[in-house]
Amino acid sequence: MTSLKTSEVAAKLRANIVQMSHQAKAAHLASALSCVDILTILYSQVLSIDPNDPKHPDRDRFILSKGHAAAALYATLAWKGIISPDELVTYGQQHSLLEEHPSPKLPGVEAATGSLGHGLPIANGMTLAARIQNQSYRVFVLMSDGECNEGSVWEAAMFAARHKLDGLTAIVDFNKWQATGRSQEVLQLDPLSDKWRSFGWSVTELDGHDHEQLLAALTRSPNGLPHVIIAHTVKGKGISFMEDDNNWHYRVPTQQEVLNAHVELGVV
Amino acid sequence: MRNAFAKAVTDLAQGNSHLVLLAGDIGNRMFDTFKDKYPTRFYNCGVAEAGMTGIAAGLAASGLLPITYTITPFNTLRCLEQIRDDVCYPDLPVILVGTGGGLSYANLGATHHSMDDIAAMRILPNMHVICPGDPVEVKLAVEAALNLKRPTYIRIGKKGEPIVHTQTPSFQIGKGIVLREGTDIALIGVGNVLPLAQECANLLMDKGFSAGLISLHTVKPLDHDLLLDLFTRYNRIAVVEEHGLAGGAGSAILEWGCTQGVDLRKLRCFAGPDRFLSACGDQMEARTTIGLDSAKIVQSLVHGWNS
Repeated sequence: MTSLKTSEVAAKLRANIVQMSHQAKAAHLASALSCVDILTILYSQVLSIDPNDPKHPDRDRFILSKGHAAAALYATLAWKGIISPDELVTYGQQHSLLEEHPSPKLPGVEAATGSLGHGLPIANGMTLAARIQNQSYRVFVLMSDGECNEGSVWEAAMFAARHKLDGLTAIVDFNKWQATGRSQEVLQLDPLSDKWRSFGWSVTELDGHDHEQLLAALTRSPNGLPHVIIAHTVKGKGISFMEDDNNWHYRVPTQQEVLNAHVELGVV
Repeated sequence: MRNAFAKAVTDLAQGNSHLVLLAGDIGNRMFDTFKDKYPTRFYNCGVAEAGMTGIAAGLAASGLLPITYTITPFNTLRCLEQIRDDVCYPDLPVILVGTGGGLSYANLGATHHSMDDIAAMRILPNMHVICPGDPVEVKLAVEAALNLKRPTYIRIGKKGEPIVHTQTPSFQIGKGIVLREGTDIALIGVGNVLPLAQECANLLMDKGFSAGLISLHTVKPLDHDLLLDLFTRYNRIAVVEEHGLAGGAGSAILEWGCTQGVDLRKLRCFAGPDRFLSACGDQMEARTTIGLDSAKIVQSLVHGWNS
């Protein structure tokens, strides 16, 4: 594991995402930034996906259930070579499949997300399909903390535990914010880890920006239970003037702010 | 129809190793044989229809052919967005089976009525909507939907519906079945009211009319050629359905007709009203309450036509 290398990847992805948000005048920048380290480790170290054959039946599956962070997924897919890096400039434009929420028509996208609470049930089905068909691929799904408001998340949590779907790993990007307020204040979210534990899941709580911790948790051997990683993150992570400021849920950076962000990231 | 579905799905699972049956905590004993024979291909998803639909999408995206089964309103309206986003948008081979279509569960109250499911399903791109007219059509519909491998909603009734087809008809999704040819009035039965449409046709024959009878089992896509033929050859066309008028099969034919230049004055829709039905008794009593009985339909067709 070369943490320096993955940190450089993460910085590059963040720089691309900030530029994409500016260019497309697209919201949800801070939500995308908070999950960059998770995506970086998944796509650089964990997921077995052939960029030249992203539909291969034995591939690992990744669902970005928090579909509003699509820019982060696109930047990562481009880095991985599943889509062309040249496509990133088309984000949010007419005739581009890089819509502000992922389209299942785009290579590398496993499910149509954007409406929250859809990814985990679909991930259940994909994991169950591996079991039924004696396949060994693993399934990962990334959710937001606000997404845990959705009842369908808990329907799926009960099903996965009942069937001991240990090929399934859910990650909650726990950045403590949702669209209009603190995720703890909108609904009673805490104690989040205990909730998942009481639903029969194996829980790992970690720093969602620590690459070593993420790698260890994401490559942990299955233990007979579905696994959820509660990843403590900072919304807007990596850009000082965006960090933990929920205005950046919807705000779009100016050209100057993009330059400032790139300087901070060391990507110019 | 319910038992016909259980038998069909059990029989079809033998030749189709990809078929996976998901149930929303109903059909307790119906699927015992299926569960015994194919234990890794049956899952009770609990009282969690959104979750069940997502699971079906995940299975289908991974090469399997899932069928979800529960009571009609719960398998359509409850999880409508999952059907739209998870199944229809990626155009996945998921079959949704709604049991207790229309007023099958009339006496259970309006929460269990489904007078709006056809409307909700047929507005979704990529979705196919099939309403088998009798137990024979149920098996044929499931078989055809498995072969189609695209989003398909199959609306069945309850148990004990009469068999209309004395011989196994040719069944193709999107093609209605002509049970009897006529020249005056064409009775189009949609789904579980096919026996009622047949009764109407018989009564009209008794009155000296030449009445045709059609099972229009597929509401989406509509059978363009058949409808064009009916509007050409018949003076009157009656659509009978156990569904609200808004958005149902009759409504679909009206939408079709207004783009085809056919004479829509020939068409009469017999369907449910725009209100919740309360204290309506059992299915047959409820039908009578809303005018879905043969005497009223025939009277309307014979006397009430303003042409």
